[in-house]
Amino acid sequence: MAEIRLEGVAHSYDGGKTYALNPITMTWEDGKAYALLGPSGCGKTTLLNIISGLLKPSEGKVFIDGKDVTDVITDDRNIAQVFQFPVLYDTMSVRKNLEFPLKNRKVPRDKIAQRVNEIAQLLGIENDLDRKPSKLRSDLQQIVSLGRGLVREDVSAILFDEPLTVIDQNFKWTLRNRLKRLHLATGVTVVYVTHDQTEALTFADEVLVMDKGNLVQVGTSESLFLEPQHEFVGYFIGSPGMNFLDVEANSSVLTHNGKTIGKAAKAGLNGSHRFGVRPEFLIPSNKSGLEFKVERIEDRGVFKLVHLSKDDFKFIAKTDESYDAKVGGKATFSFDPTRAFVYDAHQRAVSTVSPSSAGGN
Amino acid sequence: MDGRKKNNKAWFLVAPVVLVVAFTAIIPLMAVANYSLQDIQGADNRLFVGLDFFKKVATDPNIQEAFGRNLLLSAQILFIQIPLGIFLARLMPRSGWKASAALVVVAIPLIIPWNVIGTTWQIFTRSDIGLGGVLVNNFIDYNLSESTLDAWVTILVMDTWHWTPLVTLLVYAGLRSIPQAYYQAAAIDGASAMAVFRFVELPKLKRVLMIALLLRFMDSFMMYTEPFVVTGGGPGSSTQTLSILLTTIAIGQFDLGVAGAFSLMYFLFIQIFSFVFFTVLTLDERPGATKVSAKGKTAVKQNEKERKPSSSKVKGVLK
Amino acid sequence: MTTIMATSAAGKKTSRFRIDLRSWLFWLIMAVWALPVLWLVSMSFRDNADILSKFEIIPTKISMNGYTQFFGDPTWIGSYMNSVTYTLLNTVMSLVVALPAAYAFSRYTFSGDKHLFFWLLTNRMAPAAVFLLPFFQLYQSLDLFDTALGVALAHMLFNVPLAVWILEGFMSGVPKQLDEIAEIDGYKFGRFFLTIFIPMIRSGIGVTAFFLFMFSWVELLIARTITSTDAKPIAAQMTRTVSASGIDWSLLSAAGVMTIIPGIIVIWFVRNYIAKGFALGRV
Repeated sequence: MAEIRLEGVAHSYDGGKTYALNPITMTWEDGKAYALLGPSGCGKTTLLNIISGLLKPSEGKVFIDGKDVTDVITDDRNIAQVFQFPVLYDTMSVRKNLEFPLKNRKVPRDKIAQRVNEIAQLLGIENDLDRKPSKLRSDLQQIVSLGRGLVREDVSAILFDEPLTVIDQNFKWTLRNRLKRLHLATGVTVVYVTHDQTEALTFADEVLVMDKGNLVQVGTSESLFLEPQHEFVGYFIGSPGMNFLDVEANSSVLTHNGKTIGKAAKAGLNGSHRFGVRPEFLIPSNKSGLEFKVERIEDRGVFKLVHLSKDDFKFIAKTDESYDAKVGGKATFSFDPTRAFVYDAHQRAVSTVSPSSAGGN
Repeated sequence: MDGRKKNNKAWFLVAPVVLVVAFTAIIPLMAVANYSLQDIQGADNRLFVGLDFFKKVATDPNIQEAFGRNLLLSAQILFIQIPLGIFLARLMPRSGWKASAALVVVAIPLIIPWNVIGTTWQIFTRSDIGLGGVLVNNFIDYNLSESTLDAWVTILVMDTWHWTPLVTLLVYAGLRSIPQAYYQAAAIDGASAMAVFRFVELPKLKRVLMIALLLRFMDSFMMYTEPFVVTGGGPGSSTQTLSILLTTIAIGQFDLGVAGAFSLMYFLFIQIFSFVFFTVLTLDERPGATKVSAKGKTAVKQNEKERKPSSSKVKGVLK
Repeated sequence: MTTIMATSAAGKKTSRFRIDLRSWLFWLIMAVWALPVLWLVSMSFRDNADILSKFEIIPTKISMNGYTQFFGDPTWIGSYMNSVTYTLLNTVMSLVVALPAAYAFSRYTFSGDKHLFFWLLTNRMAPAAVFLLPFFQLYQSLDLFDTALGVALAHMLFNVPLAVWILEGFMSGVPKQLDEIAEIDGYKFGRFFLTIFIPMIRSGIGVTAFFLFMFSWVELLIARTITSTDAKPIAAQMTRTVSASGIDWSLLSAAGVMTIIPGIIVIWFVRNYIAKGFALGRV
């Protein structure tokens, strides 16, 4: 059990020319489940390897329980890590594989046997213990390597690097639930890397969204959805992603091509910005709002996706099943003033936006 | 019907190879077989002697001695070069320009013509003008043309110098194809350096090492040039390998019958030995295999198939 | 340079110091390994009188005598070119026959394929000494004796099986769907093979060519046996440095250095593919 703190941790693989990970300062609280979410190449694995000690950061410091472990090797950090594809010792049986991390740490023999049996039962591989891993299906192999990460009792944290990639779709759910249960039972800090938002949002207490080596937002799945603090979060989380529009701010009044879109809550906003609103918060309105042309309506069963256009831009609105409009006709949409945002040149949210009182035009 | 069509086309594609090999291998081998069964005294004076020459070869004390000597040499070579090759490969830098430079340096002995290797060592070990010879002479009285031990050790050192790089390159390629995650997992599991070698590297190197063992056995058992250039097989016959003896009998003494029988038995021995070796080493992977002739090939096939995934990783690393 | 810790077995007590130690040890061993060749190079820049009169590690009197003799004598240059010629000829001929065969082995099953493949490989196990006499007689009767073509043909004995083996490995790495798509697109086999398939495995062909070149270049026993004067390989020519007045060390060393150069050039070109070639094919 441990608290992990990163202070200004950054990493460059090419001696400072480009950074795979830009400076990050944050604290991972004891016993929480975290998900690291982001597209391939965003620096997730780099961050994970820095925490486990496989990689020494080019800058910054790593603390575990207040102790500076930046120069402490993996072996002495008490961190378990599970990799993207099954990493097993071919010549050892499944049982030997599970025993290996404990044997290296001189755990007493009877304790080893007990732990191995517990973990095998938890993962449902108790009947495969004496087989060679190469004789198992690849998803079972991955479960064995999960087991090797879980078998140690002394771990401060378990890091999962996209562990379910090779697992069959149907089994993914079962396995994720088992991992979740395990986390709740042991109370160990878990960091779970994934590029699948459903996986991240359902597994973790807190989700860290990363993009291009930057940690763009940390929050619960709810806050990531309701209050995306960064354009990338708006775009990456949610399906479909956020609607964006280039706007010009003049004393906080936002216009696009001279037409007023809304007014930022923060006073004195000027210059180029981006306006963003999620499809869920574009609300059909029969009073004031923006007037669009209805291009197309997709009926997704429990909701509808309404494709809208206005002059040179296109928005998508997610409405409930009862919504109806004539394709090709006009429709007025307003937006929730607490759920629409304006983003600055650094793609950071600077203010919420309320619909213009002046109405559609 | 479709399968048959494929068959014909495939044989057509293979035909050039079959023709070439027929020309370079079958015809000469037939000639060799021909010598071995007849006593040829002149163009029109041949006498069929059956297996007489084979019996003669099998009982010839010189050949028996050379056989034993060659086996001992091969055993020593394998014993030294395989561990040394692994050791060097594990020291080699794995990335950057240093890796390229190391590859080139390691490979140099392999691209030197075999007799130039002899020449190089002849110069190097001479006690008057050779660096090695002069250095060694400071400590012991080193003379390769008089001392059997000196000559033998020189051949051994030379061959080790010449061929360990092959083992090193093979093992190096094998090591590079092991994904980083295996090392990372071992670090997380708290494995010692010895355990990493024993449980991560060695299992993954198994195939590559088998190839190295077979190649080194075959080539060392056919060794000719090195002793020929440096010691000429001497002093006496102390470094006379089977190939040197065979060449002497065939070209020197022109004793065709004995040479023919000798050749065939020599060739057959290497094949059988390699085959048994190969089969034993891959035994645990093919529990169902029964047909002897199919065994080798199936295993070779498996070999390639299983190595394929790793190749793409090698490719990744190389970029 | 690298901050990846624990990437190697010795990464245990991590630090770069340990990694550096390994690197130093490696280069130290390589320096010792290079001594015989460096000695040869050193000798090649001294003249005979100098070599025989005093023992010195670093030459004090540089002489190009050996090289002048080498380049001044047409028989030396000639035999050097002979070696280059039959080696290149062998590389090209081996590739030409091995490419279609390797394709057949990687794409089709046909009756006897397994036996054929294994039988091909056994030729790599044939002691060269076995073939000397029959080669000598066969080549004389076919007027191939003492020709570059003859040596190139003879070297195909061990190079063709090798080429088939390595190429088959590379070709099996190319998905079979490629062939099917090409067929659907209306490619004739010949055109598909030459314009699509071969370019796809060019790195494999490069590696194969390197090994073919290497094995042909280093071979002496067969090459020497089936040549006398016209196609005499450089390696055989080197025995001519022994004369009544003793061995011409300077010339011998210079010639030796010259024979190492082509290999180094070839190896430099394919350095990045060697590991791949070793991993895929056999060798």
